[in-house]
Amino acid sequence: MSGKPRLTYFNGRGRMEPVRWLLAAAGVEFEEVFLETSEQYEKLIKDGVLMFQQVPLVEIDGMKMVQTRAILSYIAGKYNLYGKELKERALIDMYVEGITDLMQMILMFPFSPPEEKGKNLDSIKDKATTRYFPVFEKVLKQHGQDFLVGNKFSWADIQLIEAILAVEEKIPAVLSGFPQLQAFKIRVSNVPTIKKFLQPGSPRKPPPDQHYVETVLKVFKR
Amino acid sequence: MSGKPKLHYFNGRGRMEPIRWLLAAAGVEFEECFMEKKDDLLKLRKDGALLFEQVPMVEIDGMKLVQTRAICNYIASKYNLYGKDLKERALIDMYVEAMMDLNELLMAYPYQPADKKEQHFANMLDKATNRYFPVFEKVLKDHGQDYLVGNRFSRVDVQLLEIILMAEEFKPDILVKFPLLQSFKERISNIPTIKKFLQPGSQRKPLPEEKDIPKVIQIFY
Repeated sequence: MSGKPRLTYFNGRGRMEPVRWLLAAAGVEFEEVFLETSEQYEKLIKDGVLMFQQVPLVEIDGMKMVQTRAILSYIAGKYNLYGKELKERALIDMYVEGITDLMQMILMFPFSPPEEKGKNLDSIKDKATTRYFPVFEKVLKQHGQDFLVGNKFSWADIQLIEAILAVEEKIPAVLSGFPQLQAFKIRVSNVPTIKKFLQPGSPRKPPPDQHYVETVLKVFKR
Repeated sequence: MSGKPKLHYFNGRGRMEPIRWLLAAAGVEFEECFMEKKDDLLKLRKDGALLFEQVPMVEIDGMKLVQTRAICNYIASKYNLYGKDLKERALIDMYVEAMMDLNELLMAYPYQPADKKEQHFANMLDKATNRYFPVFEKVLKDHGQDYLVGNRFSRVDVQLLEIILMAEEFKPDILVKFPLLQSFKERISNIPTIKKFLQPGSQRKPLPEEKDIPKVIQIFY
């Protein structure tokens, strides 16, 4: 037993990727167990390890944590990435929740039927460029600080850079109308723990491919 | 300007109801501004009042808070309904997130198209009785305390009562296999602020009526 947090999920991004980002940004090493078969998943359920029969699962500090937001809130709180008081927390929560809504579209994209993919991609581009990115562009412009909240690196910055990079993978020029976000992306990419996570060989997972989609469907027997 | 929180939503449960429950449980009076038609939503957007163009929005302590979870987290913390430390928060968060998953299913049911209603109904009741309620029955059984976390009333007790009552509206005997949830329901319902909220004339909203569904859909789509 190493004392490091242990993550159980597929060998891919999905709902676990924000957790990997947050732990990495906090400089916390972690172990991973990858789900590959439905038998493995059924065994986890049978052993009573998954409180609501779902993954992500993160074993940390003696707890078997489930529910992505609960896991992220705990890690952010523990590693001082959650603002210094209630109002900063409220801002961080709002920003993170908005970004999560955008990321949800990206999460579901590989599982949409081929004939809907074009429409879904347009929707991602539309929401990113008209609903979400303008908000963060304005936040950065208005306070002129390096980070989104409280002039200090936080969970909100990590979630935003994850989202920017994920959307850019699909729409390479998506930041073209957003100079503040372009500078933010470079700045946050150079935070040492983030820089390390962005290098090859890190626990960061590649974009979902056909094999990933098939594995998920197989494990969940859909 | 009254100093009371002001809630912006349509006159129904939806995503605002857990917020109404939490404020009521904390004994906080609040005002409500109801959207009746799409123009009301468009006006809020045009005025720059909605950070991501969406409701719920709650004006509180000089902020225009959006995103249901952000709003609930703020209220719960401010009124000491969020546990005493990080680990209690973690438990509360795990339970609350699961309850929100169930709430999504229950809340979405009235708005399902006719051909999807039956399957949705079966799925939501199956999840309630086989995935979620057994967990909370066991939590109460294992520690034998009155409240779910930390032997103290918190947001998660409020949320659990809310979803129990919502599930019972669809299946009145849904707690038949859960004796501890039955006594939990009685106990929490009798907390003075909750008891008041459960009485007629409070700001608790009823189940949507069939005739109101098109109006709500028209506001948002």
